[in-house]
Amino acid sequence: MNITRRQMLILLPAAAVAWESVLAGTPESSPNYKMTEHWWSMLIDISKCIGCGNCVRACQAENDIPDGFFRTWVERYHVTDWNLENPEVISPDGGKEGFPSVTEDQNGKYFFVPKLCNHCADSPCTQVCPVGATFISPDGVVLVDQKYCLGCAYCVQACPYGCRYIHPQKKVADKCTLCYHRITKGLTTACCEACPTGARQLADLKNPKDPIHEFLRTHNVQILKPQMATGAKVFYNDLDGSVR
Amino acid sequence: MSVFKDSGHLFRLAALYAAGTLTFLGIRGLFVPHSFGQYGHYRGAAITEIAAHPVHFAGHQTCETCHTDVQQIKKSGMHAQVNCEACHGPLAKHADDPASAQPAKLDTAVLCVRCHAASAARPKNFPQVAAVDHSNGVPCETCHQPHSPAIGTGGVK
Repeated sequence: MNITRRQMLILLPAAAVAWESVLAGTPESSPNYKMTEHWWSMLIDISKCIGCGNCVRACQAENDIPDGFFRTWVERYHVTDWNLENPEVISPDGGKEGFPSVTEDQNGKYFFVPKLCNHCADSPCTQVCPVGATFISPDGVVLVDQKYCLGCAYCVQACPYGCRYIHPQKKVADKCTLCYHRITKGLTTACCEACPTGARQLADLKNPKDPIHEFLRTHNVQILKPQMATGAKVFYNDLDGSVR
Repeated sequence: MSVFKDSGHLFRLAALYAAGTLTFLGIRGLFVPHSFGQYGHYRGAAITEIAAHPVHFAGHQTCETCHTDVQQIKKSGMHAQVNCEACHGPLAKHADDPASAQPAKLDTAVLCVRCHAASAARPKNFPQVAAVDHSNGVPCETCHQPHSPAIGTGGVK
């Protein structure tokens, strides 16, 4: 076979491109989903949360979470006006079966705070992993590679929001995936699907048509522990200053 | 050039070093997963694996493709924004093959009060009742059609 210099110069880059695509491995399972076009977050409206625990049960059903462990949970705060800094916080079984009824407190207030992984853009948990088993995906979801995780639990300690745990059977780190298997198929997360009041909403910050942009402009929205500069992407509307 | 007369030593050392480097790269190639570093300092294939987990909640759009009658009742009522599986539970199996999994019969005594039992912790504008005073043990669905709960406005049960 005779190849001219010109043919060789064309063939070499073509071969390089082909080899790159071989190295890239199998394409994503959802053909129409492009990771680079999304940057996922969640919006939680405290003023809409009724503390029913639907999100907690839905998360456990969707992701086969063992009893006593939570990827999302609901806390009930009781803040009294003479002690704003020390709220009383309860979360019986993660709020899975709801909360005991309370009567009006003339000197304080009650409210619910649903919690989950904040999918931080600069997350402390991914920075401490010694083996590269946890990472933020190109679409902004903090995930755990459970085949690669050693179960050393550094990340569990590093998360300032307490959102990780060691799975009791698998012995590896486990956490909210923002229902990655659902959002890549065009569905919303299980917790958002099950929320009866729309207090939780999945949002895509890279989608200019997502209603979150207008919501962020027109409401007083906060993140948890902003002083830690984690780049948290779970936004809370109507959040009380006593929430940590 | 007496300086280079023993240069053979250097070549042997360089060859040894090269052989060591090649061995290291070879072993590293065996142990480092194929897709490691594809997007960053992690195994790129993990993303595909996580995305392939099974779905349990079908999503209300899927429910509505068949249950258009319920959708009609719901859409003008107070529960219009409450998705089907919020009460009926995860039913992706039912959506895939309706015969294989049937929705469980719901107990309104548990289900309704989970959201509507009066509590000062709930938002003030959310409809809530003290169940005992409100109905004295009469089941909720006697008066309220769950898909459109306001009395007199609901569809047929």
